[in-house]
Amino acid sequence: MNWNEHFPALLLIIPLFGAFLAPVCSLGGKMARNILLVAASFLTLVVAFLLWRSVLANGIQYYVMGGENFRLALPSGMALPVRIILEVDAFSAFMALCGSIAAFAGALFSVNYMNRFSGQSRFTSLYLLLATGMLGMMITGDLFNFFIFIEISSIASFGLIAFWRDKPSAIEASLKYTLVSQVGSMLILIAAGSLYGKYNALNMAAIGSSLTMGTMEKLALVFLVGSLAMKCGAFPMHMWLPDAYAEAPTGVTCLLVAVSQASLYGLMRVCFSIYGVAMGSTFVPWMIIIFGLASMFFGVSMAVVQHDIKRLMGYHSVSQVGYMLLGLGVGLLVLGDARGMADFGFTAIKGGVFHVFNYTMYKALLFLTAGALYYATGKKDLNEMGGLARRMPYTTFMFVIAAAAISGLPPFNGFVSKLLIYESSFAVHPSLAVVALLTSVLTLASFVKVFQTAFLGPEKNNLLHVQEVPPAMLLGMVVLTAAILGATLFPSWTLSNLVEPAARALVDQSGYIGAIVGGGM
Amino acid sequence: MIGNAPFFVVGVLFLMGLVSLFLSKNLIKIAIAISIIGSAVNIFLVSLGYRAGGTIPVHFLAGEGSTMVLPTPQAMTLTAIVIALATTALLLSLIMLVWRHYGTLDIDEIRRLRG
Repeated sequence: MNWNEHFPALLLIIPLFGAFLAPVCSLGGKMARNILLVAASFLTLVVAFLLWRSVLANGIQYYVMGGENFRLALPSGMALPVRIILEVDAFSAFMALCGSIAAFAGALFSVNYMNRFSGQSRFTSLYLLLATGMLGMMITGDLFNFFIFIEISSIASFGLIAFWRDKPSAIEASLKYTLVSQVGSMLILIAAGSLYGKYNALNMAAIGSSLTMGTMEKLALVFLVGSLAMKCGAFPMHMWLPDAYAEAPTGVTCLLVAVSQASLYGLMRVCFSIYGVAMGSTFVPWMIIIFGLASMFFGVSMAVVQHDIKRLMGYHSVSQVGYMLLGLGVGLLVLGDARGMADFGFTAIKGGVFHVFNYTMYKALLFLTAGALYYATGKKDLNEMGGLARRMPYTTFMFVIAAAAISGLPPFNGFVSKLLIYESSFAVHPSLAVVALLTSVLTLASFVKVFQTAFLGPEKNNLLHVQEVPPAMLLGMVVLTAAILGATLFPSWTLSNLVEPAARALVDQSGYIGAIVGGGM
Repeated sequence: MIGNAPFFVVGVLFLMGLVSLFLSKNLIKIAIAISIIGSAVNIFLVSLGYRAGGTIPVHFLAGEGSTMVLPTPQAMTLTAIVIALATTALLLSLIMLVWRHYGTLDIDEIRRLRG
């Protein structure tokens, strides 16, 4: 039996099985449960890596659920695929790889971080369920299935954000997220229903193969773009995001960063693979670009004034998501135009895709360092910290790397992806690049402030007992630091092996459709 | 005309839910508004799959009719109902915790996270 073919299913089965095994494992004590959490997320990472390798080598992989044969996308005599199909192209595999790295780092970090609290079996269960939902969103090829996975990840994250249910602010953040995301999911379901009513199919490739723009399609597109932009935290639907990120336990925040990327993935899948060239007008690409610019600018300007370190980073998340929306929006703008695509469109998409990787890594790392500070000092307010560089040298070192990467200082990886986005958005209109540059400067200013107040300066008397965090937490941060340094030291390898296949797969609509419907374009 | 009546109901229900979502101040009423939106979506899905005069979409005992209603939207609706049940339960338990912490359900007074 060839194991390669089962990777898409294994990617979902391992965390899902782990989630339901967690309460059983907890009977065996703390150790067994922690081993389960780390082992399940590590295995997921291994499978995601192997899946990515195999997709790069063999092209698009699909897996038919519920059929008699998992390789049979179109049962004989059928014009449309009727089963639930997992479809993994290079873009999905790339996203799943990013997501599972973040999930693994968060799991390692949580082993020590959650040690002081009770209710860990629930935590382990929900954490793995959240990872399942995220990976499911990234590899499914079916709109309704996408809705189900988005709900799995939402419900798990509602629980995890409100994990400390004795804290009023955690409950409030979770409630806010629940309200916003429930409305969003209902809109996605309406969109899936309207596309089903029109095309008799739920499979993304099958819908994409026969899509022509009409009122129903426009309605579905607006609902999908609006609700998925909300789920990935674009301005003006961002208000849940800083609250949720700040109140969730830190290991979870690290995973939530990757989950918001799954929503971004859904947005791009809808725009590029389902609608693609058939979208016709430039309205939606410009909407995405404007969402991007607004999130970038307002996100960072609200971040500058924050005192709470995790809220500050939450607002930075809003502004970083803006970069990806800008890059991918510019790419979408020139999708049908071969010359524009070759000139700057493809560069923009590469920049956006590379930024997804960079953002997931450095943002997850920043949240983990914030969590480490909280673990060591018990404080969240920046004004109460100071002089921690002497006490926590490793954390400081990793914070500096992450902060330099997010501010786009050369030669860090954040600089490379931002440069690609500046170049290409400048070709559309110079003011886009100006806003992006300004955001980058403000990001740097804000992280200089964090570094200066928390790590430098005189030591505070009440922080003299502070010690470096335990090794498992450091290890979780080291995983992400290694990913950042890897992308920094080998930018051309990363671009040509990691980013470019993903960007090419994203643009290649007929390839995505043809793998399932079989040259039905 | 009468065939489109379910969609009209869907539109009205959806708008009712949306309006009360934005205008209500009480968290329980907001939870109800979200349930109403969910019901509107479910009716939408079921009526999408309805074919006039169709029988139940089962292999056996389907009756005499030659047309069947579509089974897929019904399966989707069942799944959506289960998910809505889970989220409503979660939402209500969160509201219960909010009541315990804040002593009020008025959204204007539950504002610890701001700015």
